[in-house]
Amino acid sequence: MISDGALDRLHGLIANPDLSGTRYQLVSTLGRGGMATVYLARDTTLDREVALKVLDWTVDESSTSRLAQEARILATLEHPGIVPVHDFGQLADGRLFYAMKRVRGERLDRWAAARDVHERLGAFLRICDAVAFAHAHGIVHRDLKPANVMVGEFGEVLVLDWGIARVRGQSETSGVVAGTPDYMAPEQVRGERTVDERADVFALGTILAGLGDRRKPLAAIAAKATSADALDRYPSVEALRADVSRFMAGLAVGAHQESVSDLVFRVVRRHRLAIALVLAYLAMRLLLLSAFHI
Amino acid sequence: MSHRFANYNGAALMAAPGFPGTRHSVIASLGSEQPDVRRAAFDALATAYWKPVFKYVRLKWSATPDEAADVTQAFFLRAYEKTYLAGFDPARGRFRTYLRTCLDRFVANVRQENRRLKRGGAIEFVPFDFAAAELELQRQHIGDAVQELDAFFHREWLRSLFGLAVDRLRVACERGGHARRVAIFERYDLADDESTRPTYAVIASELGIDVTDVTNELAAARRDFRRVVLEVLREQCATDDEFENEARALGSPRDL
Repeated sequence: MISDGALDRLHGLIANPDLSGTRYQLVSTLGRGGMATVYLARDTTLDREVALKVLDWTVDESSTSRLAQEARILATLEHPGIVPVHDFGQLADGRLFYAMKRVRGERLDRWAAARDVHERLGAFLRICDAVAFAHAHGIVHRDLKPANVMVGEFGEVLVLDWGIARVRGQSETSGVVAGTPDYMAPEQVRGERTVDERADVFALGTILAGLGDRRKPLAAIAAKATSADALDRYPSVEALRADVSRFMAGLAVGAHQESVSDLVFRVVRRHRLAIALVLAYLAMRLLLLSAFHI
Repeated sequence: MSHRFANYNGAALMAAPGFPGTRHSVIASLGSEQPDVRRAAFDALATAYWKPVFKYVRLKWSATPDEAADVTQAFFLRAYEKTYLAGFDPARGRFRTYLRTCLDRFVANVRQENRRLKRGGAIEFVPFDFAAAELELQRQHIGDAVQELDAFFHREWLRSLFGLAVDRLRVACERGGHARRVAIFERYDLADDESTRPTYAVIASELGIDVTDVTNELAAARRDFRRVVLEVLREQCATDDEFENEARALGSPRDL
């Protein structure tokens, strides 16, 4: 009979990655995704903590190539908003893995719950920067969602999980549906081959809707970004970002046709300090004039 | 105890790299029209489940060892004759859960009707060594198992699964000229507890080899063991979906 001690040991052999022969020591489990598990490990050579993404050993070949591609993408995208990869290889148990910087911080949605809208939109702009950088390198993330964005102690953002990212020019079979339903553009849900940067614009629009408030221009930006027809969306993440920046600066946004009252409200809001000073000055003058006449 | 395995080709162990594809499923063969296939599937099923069933009946139904042995024999016989395990619908859950539900219903009916149990007759299953199973049960730390029978049954199934995998690994290694590899694996990874577990250096000294050889052989044995576990698991699942779910559950990170 296999003893209880041996049973636990064998189960551990099956479940935990075999890091023998590597520079890493397993510390704990950080999270689990569809095809891989992320572990906290210690890099014994450089004496620092790293995150190890290890492919489950029950996955098929397509997942294996996806992890390899993800590591290559991360190695290509050197940007402060994209987690850097340190190492890639195969463990003694045959599983592929890559080592990346250990990300400290909170998931975007949890972080946002305790922040004002200005801070939230600031983080959103930084997410756009990272995604736009990837697009400039021909890479579409395709799975942007709050769970895949971490916000650090100083508000820095890191876009994670590039496991289903698509590289421009790389052939892909139509009918393959990958992503998270609530954040997927309609053409992505349909598994179309034409999925491009505008699918990320859609996901960012959905994220923006969750981060913003009820002000009409902001809602209009999110609505434009999440248009069902990709042609009605912002043509690029930069265009989306620019509109959000204009909103934050109190300027008119391209996605929203202002009424006169909207215009007055926006101008008053933007120049509220100056208007308050002028009004205070006028009130003072009025007061002095009244006193003189008495 | 001797085992007979359905459609197992031990030579495939060393050749097949990585993830096993769609393989023969014992569960799917339970309802086969071909008597030989069906019989082989039942043998494999009984081999995998007789011990968890026996121990479960002992605990859940507070059965005496003799009664639990009778029930276990009769349950598999009845399942074979009436083919009710072939009625398993993978869309509705795990086979393991279905089997346990059938077992509970079977024991309840037997007790209610005070029925005399049929223990075999013309049909001879794989040998069930109930005395050994009872001895194991006595040695096991049962603790809260009676309150947590789901977990107990799962753990016993896991013990059986790993036991089958170790048996296959041993056969395949010996056939492939790697007897030393499996010996090292058994000495190190199957040690009862940490106090009896030898170091690599001790094993190397015992076998007159380098510590590096122990490391390499153990790594190879573990790699093969993982592969065999998947193969055995695949045979015990009715569909690829069930297998994927079971394999993912088995591969869930353990406490470090």
